[in-house]
Amino acid sequence: MAIFEKRRLWLAVLAALALAFPLLVTNGYYLHMMTISFIWMIAVYGLNLFAGYTGYLSLAHAGFFAIGAYTLGILTVKAGVPFWLAFVSACLLTTLIGALVGLVALRTKEHFFAIYTLCVGYIIYLVIDKWDGLTGGVRGFIGIPAPADIGPLSFQTPVAQYYLLLFFLAAVVFIMYRLVYSLTGRTYIAIRNSEELALTLGISTMKNKLASFVLSVFFTSLAGALYASFIRFLGPDIAYVSVMFDFLTYLLVGGIGTLAGPVVGTLLVTFLSQQLQFLQDYRMLIFGPVLTLLIIFYPHGIAGGFIRFKAKREEARRLKLEANRTVAELAASRQGRSERHVKEG
Amino acid sequence: MFLHVERLTKRFGGLLAVNDVTFSVEQGKINAIIGPNGAGKSTFFNLISGLYRPTSGTITFKGRDITRLPANERAKLGIARTFQTTHLFEQATVIDNVIIGHRLRTSSNLFDAILRTKRHRREEQACKEKAMEVLEFVGLTGVADRIVANLSQEQKKRVAFALALATDPELVLLDEPAAGINPDETEGLEELIVKMVKGGLTVCLIEHKMSMIMKIADRIMVLNYGEKIAEGTPEEVRNNEAVIQAYLGGSAIA
Repeated sequence: MAIFEKRRLWLAVLAALALAFPLLVTNGYYLHMMTISFIWMIAVYGLNLFAGYTGYLSLAHAGFFAIGAYTLGILTVKAGVPFWLAFVSACLLTTLIGALVGLVALRTKEHFFAIYTLCVGYIIYLVIDKWDGLTGGVRGFIGIPAPADIGPLSFQTPVAQYYLLLFFLAAVVFIMYRLVYSLTGRTYIAIRNSEELALTLGISTMKNKLASFVLSVFFTSLAGALYASFIRFLGPDIAYVSVMFDFLTYLLVGGIGTLAGPVVGTLLVTFLSQQLQFLQDYRMLIFGPVLTLLIIFYPHGIAGGFIRFKAKREEARRLKLEANRTVAELAASRQGRSERHVKEG
Repeated sequence: MFLHVERLTKRFGGLLAVNDVTFSVEQGKINAIIGPNGAGKSTFFNLISGLYRPTSGTITFKGRDITRLPANERAKLGIARTFQTTHLFEQATVIDNVIIGHRLRTSSNLFDAILRTKRHRREEQACKEKAMEVLEFVGLTGVADRIVANLSQEQKKRVAFALALATDPELVLLDEPAAGINPDETEGLEELIVKMVKGGLTVCLIEHKMSMIMKIADRIMVLNYGEKIAEGTPEEVRNNEAVIQAYLGGSAIA
């Protein structure tokens, strides 16, 4: 229970920090960076649900991110649909496309699934890039409106947008938290662990994988739609492989299959890459080796490494406690024996 | 008839892994399958548990044809199994591993999980209780909160047993439960298997440790090169000419 309380405390501190951030940091640039990290985090949570908890690496998620973004753009600008209706439709439409892709893609496993989704992602990129009439092609897509007011709430200022995105991020984290510690989450983890074992335990792996994939696409499309309304300009690059690998880097650095991973990884990598901006593209010379070392020595990222470190310490403490108890018992029994000796003597 | 396999054949390309095997599992007994390496025992298990589709032949369970039924549906009917390599989630605790075993008897979905509905809470509780119950049965209550990776091989096997038992099975298929276990611990597992049968379960196991098989099995089937070469009580099988030749390397079974 004490651990649980401690975790609550940490969460409260983090939430307070996130809420106070715009007041503490008045620099508009940092606020912008933070807001955009929230968008990446939501997308990475989507990836984490499927790759981290269900064990299938989807490389089509940047594509779904882009579909979410472009759908919002097209619906608001070209079709004149009210913002929030377009927002919901964008997420639902992308999720539907995700379900269709999932139905086919999930017939493959492991590397084949990764390769298949890599291709799907690239096809999505090509469609966006080449379909000039709909997406504006390489020229990009401009004029997307900022989130419309909801009653008295207006999202026109950067600070308001920051809070809007924080709200969505908190919602996603909350859903993930509930999910991971539920029977459904355990089912996904069982599939990640061993699909054969899960099957023989009576779990319909196809149904569960599809549900997990669809929810994961939903999160990513949500991030895409938020991106479109925040940046308000779209280019086909957001569907490109490099965005996909950015997501993956955030996830791997933070910790794949952990709840804190997407937040930790995204913050750290975006912050570092900002600090190293003076190196231009040469920063990849630093990033590459660091990432490689991290994968070799901390395959579960920073959050995963921390969790394992704590578990190990706990185990060591338990063993020590058990050893002490045995020694004490031995000593007690020996003492009892010697006392008897004295009496007899 | 409890579980009956009729003329079951599984072909992998040019390899006949299981060839025309007819076999019945007797209810409430310990049924053993033995045979030299590569005899098709594990393939036979995979066919019964539904991980493989047979090339031909039928499988009936409690009078129902389950030949085309997927593995997860068979588990719901009451067929559980363990694997040679336990397939456990090593970084999680014992209890966390076993809880999922009862999942097939629950029905809460994604939305129940997110909204944490009454049904979800009730079913989660049921799964935890079931997990504790089967851990007690296999004698692991004391290590329920330990990480699986830190357990001994024998304890891991017991966790795998518990996981299979948590599905509320009627028939348990055990694939080499005593592999990689020392003789003392093997005795412990023997007792556990006997206890399962006394508790009303039916066991079908593959094993290489002859002393164990001869001691606890009620009936034995011997496979060699995918074919059934003998069947009967331990006594009958021990004295069977074909079995001796298969194990000791007769040049041809005439």
